[in-house]
Amino acid sequence: MIEIADLHYSAGHTPILHGITTTLERGGITALIGPNGAGKSTLLHCISGLEKPSSGSVRIDGIDPFTVPHRQRARTVALLQQSPALVSRLKVRELVGFGRWPHHQGRPGPEDAAQIDRALTAFALDDLAGRSIDTLSGGQRQRAFIAMTYAQDTPWMLLDEPLNALDPRHARDLMARLHALSRDDKRSIVIVLHDINAAAGWADHIVAMKDGRILAQDSSAALLTPEVLREVFDTPFDLLHHKGRPVVVAR
Amino acid sequence: MAERRVLWLALALMALCAAFLAWQLRAPMGFILGLRAAKLGALVCVGAATGAATILFQTVASNRLLTPGLVGFDALFILLQTLLVLALGGVGLAQLPSSLRFGMEVIALAAASTALFGLLLRRDARDVTRMILTGIILGVMLRGLAEMVQRLMDPSDFAVVQQAMFASFGRVDPQQLAVSAVVLLAALAAALRMAPALDVAALGRSTARGLGLDHDRLVLVTLLLMAAMVSVSTALVGPITFLGLLTASLARQLTGSHRHAILLPAAAMIGALILVAGQFVFERLMGSQSALAVIVELFGGLLFLALVLKRRRR
Repeated sequence: MIEIADLHYSAGHTPILHGITTTLERGGITALIGPNGAGKSTLLHCISGLEKPSSGSVRIDGIDPFTVPHRQRARTVALLQQSPALVSRLKVRELVGFGRWPHHQGRPGPEDAAQIDRALTAFALDDLAGRSIDTLSGGQRQRAFIAMTYAQDTPWMLLDEPLNALDPRHARDLMARLHALSRDDKRSIVIVLHDINAAAGWADHIVAMKDGRILAQDSSAALLTPEVLREVFDTPFDLLHHKGRPVVVAR
Repeated sequence: MAERRVLWLALALMALCAAFLAWQLRAPMGFILGLRAAKLGALVCVGAATGAATILFQTVASNRLLTPGLVGFDALFILLQTLLVLALGGVGLAQLPSSLRFGMEVIALAAASTALFGLLLRRDARDVTRMILTGIILGVMLRGLAEMVQRLMDPSDFAVVQQAMFASFGRVDPQQLAVSAVVLLAALAAALRMAPALDVAALGRSTARGLGLDHDRLVLVTLLLMAAMVSVSTALVGPITFLGLLTASLARQLTGSHRHAILLPAAAMIGALILVAGQFVFERLMGSQSALAVIVELFGGLLFLALVLKRRRR
């Protein structure tokens, strides 16, 4: 369970988050939606212990990510960041292998290799395992970084816009894969999405943010109403249903 | 494969060292051999220190263009040395045993560089252009500052500083060489022990921290090791700005690896190879003394331009 209490964050003198208080339950997929600049990425960084909030507290499964040893933090929560830096000549397999660092600290064993194999297979990277990441397309690279996050083998996976640069097929495959992980692997996944329909189709819970505050938080079915979406995005939406799934369309 | 290339480098370096010592050896053999060994030791130490320090710096700076030389690490060393002479006087400093003096200088450099570059690395690491500009301006400023202090000092004290600044491969103090070699070996061994953590740090500060690496602490330790290495090379021969860039780029090209367990020894040996080979060619084959540093700077400078231009095009 992630418990956030009265979290404030400022970048320099610009306040980004204004008193976020919420609880995210274990299990399932929680989607963060909201317009650009709503503070979604910042919230993920604060939860994973990478950006220190100016006030307020964060607890993940009871631990404080800012005081717990770095290694323990990295074995509790893994974060996929937007546009991470590239290391030239790094092979896909080696990149995914870095996800095992919190477990082996430089001395990988057979269980690390097995976990890397599983991650490569789970994200359809087997054929690319020997390629350098600087020769990959944006979408392939994105999948490699997601596989690294998966290999970290943490109960919590936080993904910041993982659908960036993915074509429709891989976007769908990724969401289906995350859905399966949340069911079979009992991973708890928090994901920033700009595609509201991806959230509508796959997320169990949705947190809607705007201007550094949480506007609404509920199960997907209950939250996705034209009224809420209009308030969040300042744009009118229509809610349709297609084969039993909600679909939202900006009017 | 990369391991085999490092092995080849080691063999080439050993063969070159043997040639350097044995080439046209005449009587009095023992005397000439002693002179040559001291010079060879200095060349190898400086090359290895510069190569390894550059790889370390490029990793913590997430930048393949900057080198300790470019951001003024060696200028900082000279500034500290100047201030030390100013504080203790040339005579007082000369009375200190060279190992104690060297130790003091390394610690002072480590502290000053951590204060200065630690800040630079933390704030600007994401913005490559700003980092390069800040780094180079810092280098120029430190050099200017050292020069200014030197103008203020007593002429006899200045002579002491000058001797430290312009020491060349020609005259190497054996005691200082021994101290340098020990310091360098210790720093290299420590850096190699950290190699897997450095691999993680190369992913960038944010990703590395996400993987549970204590990045700030790693930068601190790395700056400390670099300070030791740069002190070794600057104290022995004075600054060669572009040698590090040349060495690190060659090491990356040649090994095709991103692993520090490979890159660090490769860069150290390539640095030594360049200097020993250069000195051998210029001194023995062409009979010219001073051209080595100039040639290294020329090729290093050209490489720097090429790397900057290539970066633009992408």
